Amino acid sequence: MTVISSTQSPEALSLTIVAEFSAGVERVWQLWEDPRQLERWWGPPTWPATFETFDFQPGGKASYYMTGPDGTKARGWWRFTAIGAPDRLELEDGFADDDGNPVEEVGSARMSTALEDTGAGTRMTVTSTFANADQMEKMIQMGMEEGMGEAMGQIDAILAGAPV
Amino acid sequence: MVVDELRETELDRLFQAFADATRRDIVRRVSDGGLSVSGLAGHYAMSFAAVQKHVAVLERAGLVSKERRGREQLVHANRDGLDRARQLLDEYEAIWRQRAGRIAEILLEDEEKP
Repeated sequence: MTVISSTQSPEALSLTIVAEFSAGVERVWQLWEDPRQLERWWGPPTWPATFETFDFQPGGKASYYMTGPDGTKARGWWRFTAIGAPDRLELEDGFADDDGNPVEEVGSARMSTALEDTGAGTRMTVTSTFANADQMEKMIQMGMEEGMGEAMGQIDAILAGAPV
Repeated sequence: MVVDELRETELDRLFQAFADATRRDIVRRVSDGGLSVSGLAGHYAMSFAAVQKHVAVLERAGLVSKERRGREQLVHANRDGLDRARQLLDEYEAIWRQRAGRIAEILLEDEEKP
């Protein structure tokens, strides 16, 4: 099983997810560092992500959009707040308008990622903390596969059946 | 994107209510059973009116409800409000489980390459 634990805090509006992969830390880091590799897993097949700019340095920004099944583009931005290659990354994630300008009033989410060598592979811990509900709701709409809400119970089965 | 405006407003209230430490503490204290506003006020270094305001925010967010008992008003935890916050986090957790699954698939492709 890829995801080994998850911790939700409804009071703080945060989620910590811990996953383990069979590859080394450097390889998993590339999946965050290289926008072309990031695009392969950030969005679901029904809402693929495209990163247009990617200034991967502390204080640098990235802009991206996700394309929905009907062609709708939902735009967002990242700001890298801390980068400790190859095992620590912190960023802010927010929404942008059609011109790519940040929509400040919605607020941004904070996300921190830590990678750890387990000997057998890499343990990845991602903590996301949301600013408010409007933002969290929109982010869920952008990231959720069609009909995934009802398929919640099937996810474990899908992951268990995947050749990992 | 279909946005359910009503639900969004409700959720905004919910998370604004949760954004304050005193309000989170009030929810914890009334989770085990009803408490009067004056009983709650005794726990905090703030005025009765200030505690009453916090309770009002929580009530609008659907996290607590008030019930008149004689001369006092008892504050109860409203399970539905808490459940809604958890439901939203469940949905977000599902997104990350999918992402982890996709990462695992990419790493598997590495291994298959000669």
